[in-house]
Amino acid sequence: MMRAVSDALVITKRQLLQLTRVPEVLIFNTIQPVMFVLLFRYVFGGLGADIPGGYVQLLMPGIFVQTVTFTLAATAQGLAQDMEKGLIDRFRSLPIARSAVVMGRTLGDGLLNIVVLIVMGIAGYVVGWRPTSGAFKIFLGFLLLLFFGYALSWAGVFAGLISKDARVVANVSFLFTFPLTFLSNAFASTTSMPHALQYFAEWNPVSTMVAAVRQLYGFKNTFGATANSFPSQHPLTMSLVYMVVLMFIFIPLSVRRYNSAGNRK
Amino acid sequence: MKSIVAQGLVKTYRNGQVKALDGLNLDVEEGTVLGILGPNGAGKTTTVRILATLLQPDSGHATVGGIDVVKNPKAVREIIGLSGQYAAVDETLTGWDNLVMFGRLYHLSSKAAESRATELLEQFSLTESAKRPIKTYSGGMRRRLDLAASLIIRPKVLFLDEPTTGLDPRGRMEMWNVIEKLVKEGVTLLLTTQYLDEADQLADEIAVIDHGKVIARGTSDELKSEVGGERVEIVVAEADLIRTREVIDRVTGAKSNLDEGLRKLSAPVSNGGQSLIEVVRELDAANIHPLDIAMKRPSLDDVFMSLTGHAAEEAIAEETAIKKKRGAKK
Ligand SMILES: Nc1ncnc2c1ncn2[C@@H]1O[C@H](COP(=O)(O)OP(=O)(O)O)[C@@H](O)[C@H]1O
Ligand SMILES: [Mg+2]
Repeated sequence: MMRAVSDALVITKRQLLQLTRVPEVLIFNTIQPVMFVLLFRYVFGGLGADIPGGYVQLLMPGIFVQTVTFTLAATAQGLAQDMEKGLIDRFRSLPIARSAVVMGRTLGDGLLNIVVLIVMGIAGYVVGWRPTSGAFKIFLGFLLLLFFGYALSWAGVFAGLISKDARVVANVSFLFTFPLTFLSNAFASTTSMPHALQYFAEWNPVSTMVAAVRQLYGFKNTFGATANSFPSQHPLTMSLVYMVVLMFIFIPLSVRRYNSAGNRK
Repeated sequence: MKSIVAQGLVKTYRNGQVKALDGLNLDVEEGTVLGILGPNGAGKTTTVRILATLLQPDSGHATVGGIDVVKNPKAVREIIGLSGQYAAVDETLTGWDNLVMFGRLYHLSSKAAESRATELLEQFSLTESAKRPIKTYSGGMRRRLDLAASLIIRPKVLFLDEPTTGLDPRGRMEMWNVIEKLVKEGVTLLLTTQYLDEADQLADEIAVIDHGKVIARGTSDELKSEVGGERVEIVVAEADLIRTREVIDRVTGAKSNLDEGLRKLSAPVSNGGQSLIEVVRELDAANIHPLDIAMKRPSLDDVFMSLTGHAAEEAIAEETAIKKKRGAKK
């Protein structure tokens, strides 16, 4: 068990080393969300003039959640690349725990998210984001975001292991997560959506996450048709359920898949 | 003691449509080198992957160092080193980073991993490029680093899958030197190759495989005598062809082959260099000036021709066609 953890940390360390050798990756990973912050802040800044503190208060949790959902694509791409390069084969020929490589990768992507969230938080502060709930709850909010990213990372592991092509799997993962972040309450209230879509949007894990994080930062959500639905009443609980379910499904699947990775080449 | 034993290995792909291995048997005596010789698609990589615990056979049975590869893969991984057909190292990291990482994954302490990395970089003449990302390495350097990574724990049994394919002649020679040194140190080696001269150079024994089966096995001399030995080949000016042929037939005592297009004559010889000297002397006496003259050793193609009746190149051509199709699909 200790071995499995220390092996995983070697893999994580490798990922961090990669970041120092190819700093562009880290730079791009942080510039992109900061760009989103600026775009949304100043393009849609006029919206929600009636919101105390301005639209930016609702916006920031939305962008935080959107950014961590991209972890899925990042993890998938990283693993698929290792498969393509034959590195997974080499790792599998070593006497290490079956979980070590995938575990190490998810930890590495989690660490990267910490950096990204800190940079975004600072950018948000600069453009006027002011959470009102106190340091502890703000911290909990970030923790929740990290865990959400971590849970999605496991889905990414699975996607990366079954794919044949790193670029394709990254694009497919992105095509899957990107609409999810817009069919949600992240950037605009769901009340303006067609009725059927509102139901989808309010059960969407992105929405429950955004709502939960907003609550933790001291802001209220506006919900539409399904205002009394379970996810809109209990966004935090619902988000946690989603994360547990994701990991419950994808951790065992991924570890199994990793172990037979070569059986299909 | 047999270090590697494989019995009746069968592996099919695509629900049985592609039979990669079709009842493959082999064994390797401890401390010796077996060369698996076969064209593209013969089943070399599949064999290596099964023995290195990366792939499960559909049926059959194999042990490495006496340990069953299916029942106890983890114990097998503790004693083997594997260097695959393509260098499998992290290209963004430096050679040093890679070796230290693999050392740590073999559960060496940081310090031990570092000193082993230094040692291996030295041994493989990579010290100067140790701190450069692998991306900047030549093909030969990558393969050497990949091989170094498979030697971190001084494995008892080493698998090398086409270690020189894709290398230029210099890279190939360097790789051969490195491998020869390892063999002297007593490692048991299973090596696959598409080149007869490589198997000849490095292996104690050669197993020729085709369509997932061993079709011939023996030392390289045994195989060559089965194939027919060396030939002398001479290219002359058009006008000299007939006279040259008379000389060659007289000296070698055989009936020579004529390729009119290339103006090339070839004939089997029994005592190598000596026959060549005689041919040259006689040609000189007859005042014939050859444009080119060479001794030709049998190639993989010749081996295949005589063992299977089909050329190895056909298989290679087929395989490239398939690969191209696959690539196009992407
Ligand atoms: N994952 C796979 N799916 C389908 N066919 C495969 C797969 N891997 C190998 N094969 C086929 O199995 C045969 C043997 O392949 P391989 O062991 O790679 O040969 P070699 O290494 O000698 O070139 C080939 O016909 C190859 O196309
Ligand atoms: Mg091969």
